[in-house]
Amino acid sequence: MKKLELSHVTIRLRNSAHPLIDDLSLVALSGEVTLIMGPSGIGKSTLLDFIGGHLDPAFLARGSVKIGELDITYMEPERRRVGIMFQDDLLFPHLSVGENLLFGLRSDLNKATDRQALIEDALSRADLAGFANRDPASLSGGQRARVTLLRTLLAKPHALLLDEPFAKLDKHLRTDVRSFVFEHAIAEKLPILMVTHDETDAAAAGGKVFILHETSR
Amino acid sequence: MDDPIKQSVEKALYAMNLKAAISLHSALIAILTAAFFLPIVLGFWQTLLPSFGYLPVLGVSKFEFQAWQDLVTEPGFASSLSLTLFTGFASTVLASLLTFSICAMIQNRIGKFATEKLLATFLATPHAAVAIGLAFLFAPSGFFSRLITSWTTEWQQPPDIITINDDRGISLIITLIAKEVPFLLFVTLSALNHIPTQKFMAVGHALGYGRAQIWISIIIPQIYPLIRLSLFIVLAFSLSVIDMAIIVGPSNPPTLSVLSLQWFYDPDPLSLKLATAAAILQTLIIVGAVIIWHAMERIVTLAGRWWIRKGQRDNISDYLMRLLAALAVILLACSTLALISLIIWSVAWRWPFPDVTPLSWSLQSWTYVLNSKLNILFNSVVIAACTSLISLFFAIAWLEWPKFESPSIRIIVFGVIILPLFIPQIAFLFGLHILFLSSGFSASLISVCWAHSLFVFPYIILTLSDSWRSLDKRYIRSAASLGASRLKILARVKLPMLLRPLLISAAIGFSVSMGLYLPSLVIGEGRIPTVTTEAVALATGADRRLQSVYALLQALFPMIIFFAALLIPRIVYAERAYLRGVRL
Repeated sequence: MKKLELSHVTIRLRNSAHPLIDDLSLVALSGEVTLIMGPSGIGKSTLLDFIGGHLDPAFLARGSVKIGELDITYMEPERRRVGIMFQDDLLFPHLSVGENLLFGLRSDLNKATDRQALIEDALSRADLAGFANRDPASLSGGQRARVTLLRTLLAKPHALLLDEPFAKLDKHLRTDVRSFVFEHAIAEKLPILMVTHDETDAAAAGGKVFILHETSR
Repeated sequence: MDDPIKQSVEKALYAMNLKAAISLHSALIAILTAAFFLPIVLGFWQTLLPSFGYLPVLGVSKFEFQAWQDLVTEPGFASSLSLTLFTGFASTVLASLLTFSICAMIQNRIGKFATEKLLATFLATPHAAVAIGLAFLFAPSGFFSRLITSWTTEWQQPPDIITINDDRGISLIITLIAKEVPFLLFVTLSALNHIPTQKFMAVGHALGYGRAQIWISIIIPQIYPLIRLSLFIVLAFSLSVIDMAIIVGPSNPPTLSVLSLQWFYDPDPLSLKLATAAAILQTLIIVGAVIIWHAMERIVTLAGRWWIRKGQRDNISDYLMRLLAALAVILLACSTLALISLIIWSVAWRWPFPDVTPLSWSLQSWTYVLNSKLNILFNSVVIAACTSLISLFFAIAWLEWPKFESPSIRIIVFGVIILPLFIPQIAFLFGLHILFLSSGFSASLISVCWAHSLFVFPYIILTLSDSWRSLDKRYIRSAASLGASRLKILARVKLPMLLRPLLISAAIGFSVSMGLYLPSLVIGEGRIPTVTTEAVALATGADRRLQSVYALLQALFPMIIFFAALLIPRIVYAERAYLRGVRL
């Protein structure tokens, strides 16, 4: 797998001259968790929006995002192959657990006719065998987080963005879910970029840490 | 695969997509302008011209203020004007007070599904049906008078008192409130989903305040901005209502809208000038009313802030609010009784005055209408179904399309969309009809459908856009990051998740169309009769049985659609806890 590379990224509000993120360059290597830390409101999530192609039109951005040598800066979000996990699980509430995973599973990359079997297999690897027909609302927080990661990985992303994905879990669960997420994402050799406030995340990740500071006015 | 050529192709594709989206967006704006905005402007213009003496059909085209002078000196004009203002303001102020009180009393106390079922019943019942039903209850020969007679007095004739159609417009006000409270309740309950009411209640109680005071000083200020537009719509509607004013309003003189309608249909062609002047005046009244309302908001805000700063914990507001909520409940109970009395009248045969129940029963009125007037029912249902579906389609297209214009232009476009709800119908429909005649179109189901969609489309936009916007954007981002295209996201994520609000707004559109009076009358030229035009036409007559049948038919179909809209998501999402009735 390839690295995720940001070069000279500057993001500012359309109606403000003051940049939120000023000339940021970084490389997230595959199979490693790279962290972005910094105080609230510094633009961490905005940066992830930019990488994923979801930047709010209120912002203007310069600079480029590459996965390997492929420049994805101007791609439609759905073609970027950038997976994302948020603080909330965001499992689609109108679909069952299995349907959520099937929605993620790419039909063009998994030629296997038995999509259902792939789903069952993924679920059992996550200790969730037999959960396919369950309502996402009936799952515990930890279970939902695991399903969300499975859904993300089944779409075969080339990079993974984590936007404080463990912030809402309690301490005990957090350790479990975190090691589950890291283990699976690293096994896929993805470059992982994680935004967090939590020092224990940093210790567990063990990768490079970028700290965003208030940009000077 | 990572060569620069591919990258430049990506860049070009991105630019092309953007271009295509922008041109489709412009096309959509063009369609909306041509179909919705231009007709209103032209219709209004065609109404404005005759009021200043320009009437080429009659060979007069001199700029003059004659019509306005005639209007002002018309006998009864002053009382008609003050009647219009009084009924419009009194009903809107009282309806909002009753709505807030009832919300404060039922919040977190009554189950959501029970509230919804109740609301749906009232929302579905068109204005004319409510008016006819309430008239049956309160008329001197109505149900209440019969009840009183059977217990206390020996009336053999209906008492010689005026209840409905009173000169002060009290019965019109009560009827308007009975119809507007459910609408405002619907809007307020939706707005309440946006703030953590329960937490604010807990905080307020902990500080020693009662339920009413927390509502007045904490909850209402937060939700007011969300329901303000709906209040303005109710105000504009109440100031220009026609069908209800014909049925229960005063007749000598009537409100300005009814006066104007009578002049429009006066055989003397010169009355047209008076009619248009009165119609334009109504537009000015609405503009003035919105300004006055704005000033009232300021005063209430200042008084409220002063009250809040005093920090006084009092019980009076609690009693007052309970009293208002009780009044609201009585009113809604009367609406329910009105529906029941419609049902009884529709199957009654002989029902002489002092009797509380009919002497003999018959289904003849129903069989008569269903056998020989089926085309009327057909017209109404087809128009309502087509209008609400087409408007829903355009509403989805409008909400889904990426927005390129600046926020200020977006506000203008939104203003244009809801314009038909603010201009009195009478001030552009007749003008529009003149345009129709001169361009050779004649009345058809299609033209009536289009005239209805002028009103149904904004209601659907209003009820849908809130749910559309409040859908968590991260669901869409998640789906996009999983490789789903815009169209797939719309079909597989957005529409299914918004199934409930989609169905409910379609049901609201259906009932709005079912209840529209003037658009069917004017654009249909009387050749496309609907259950509403029939119900209003019969309402001034004496046959209560037929009136009841038409009023019930008016209410029946919207009710069916409403209950389907509430039920379908429950069936489809029976296994999905999160989507079972998350919001109204």
